[in-house]
Amino acid sequence: MNNDPLIIAGREFRSRLWVGTGKYKDLIETQKAIEASGADVVTVAVRRVNITDKNKENLLDYIDPKKYTILPNTAGCYSVEDAVRYSRLARAAGVSDLIKLEVLGDERTLFPDTAGLIEAAKILIAEGFIVLPYTNDDPIVAKKLVDIGCPAVMPLAAPIGSGLGIRNPYNLKIIMETVNVPVVVDAGVGTASDAALAMEYGADAVLMNTAIAGAKDPIMMATAMRYAVDSGRLAYRAGRIPRKLYATASSPIEGML
Amino acid sequence: MRITLNGESKEVAPDLSVGSLLQQLELQPDRVAVEINLSILDRSKFTTWTLQEGDRIEIISFIGGGSPRHPVHCE
Repeated sequence: MNNDPLIIAGREFRSRLWVGTGKYKDLIETQKAIEASGADVVTVAVRRVNITDKNKENLLDYIDPKKYTILPNTAGCYSVEDAVRYSRLARAAGVSDLIKLEVLGDERTLFPDTAGLIEAAKILIAEGFIVLPYTNDDPIVAKKLVDIGCPAVMPLAAPIGSGLGIRNPYNLKIIMETVNVPVVVDAGVGTASDAALAMEYGADAVLMNTAIAGAKDPIMMATAMRYAVDSGRLAYRAGRIPRKLYATASSPIEGML
Repeated sequence: MRITLNGESKEVAPDLSVGSLLQQLELQPDRVAVEINLSILDRSKFTTWTLQEGDRIEIISFIGGGSPRHPVHCE
């Protein structure tokens, strides 16, 4: 897969599987699962430090920022103001201008508030951020995000943590045909076949958290996802055969008795 | 003097620098971001910046995420 790098905003990524770091049992399991996934982009959340528990271990002691691209997110932000504030804090705490921008619209679905998303993206892009927006599977919104300067779009496959798989493959395909930047399918993947399908449809990468962290064996699932994303990508590049209603024999008729 | 640190009232020595506060809390300066009264303090100013009575300070770092089950709101 080495001759097929993913390039976003001039940065080259070796893996097309991106992973979140939430919901794991502990930091050791987080570290092992991420290693097994082969991912080089790792999303993290921005939160108040625990000032009462001084011995609380730091995530970055387990996920080496020299080895991984740390992609902070604005998870949990329901307003433009919060998302911009968290983004600025993330940049101050981190080492890069990358932000996975989430402006959520509703606690039950965690669907993006796409109007707020576009507004927040404009503010952050003007401040020099590289904004990777978590968006709905809406091609028009995706195009608007690209038009204002997002170097990639990250449409959902299904609600965050739902494991429902790709609910609207046709919209995702339209997004891939509409925008001229990488499309990272983000959220909703349940198992390996969902990830493979996303890549077969032509996604440039897949981002997931719960599908791995919530599996009975997260490390084994991380490995499965790594193979799925690689397989899906290879199948996409190889070009699948067209679907036909009737059989076509694989063995020649000639030479039969 | 009293400051508000991560939403909780706290008594600290007058003229305490941000760097000293982080040291007291045993936090690595290169792992956190500090916001004072809604403005981010550049890391290069941690050692020289002194806190004032009534300052509202937020110290944040990266944790595992993922959207949380119970979303956290800024106040």
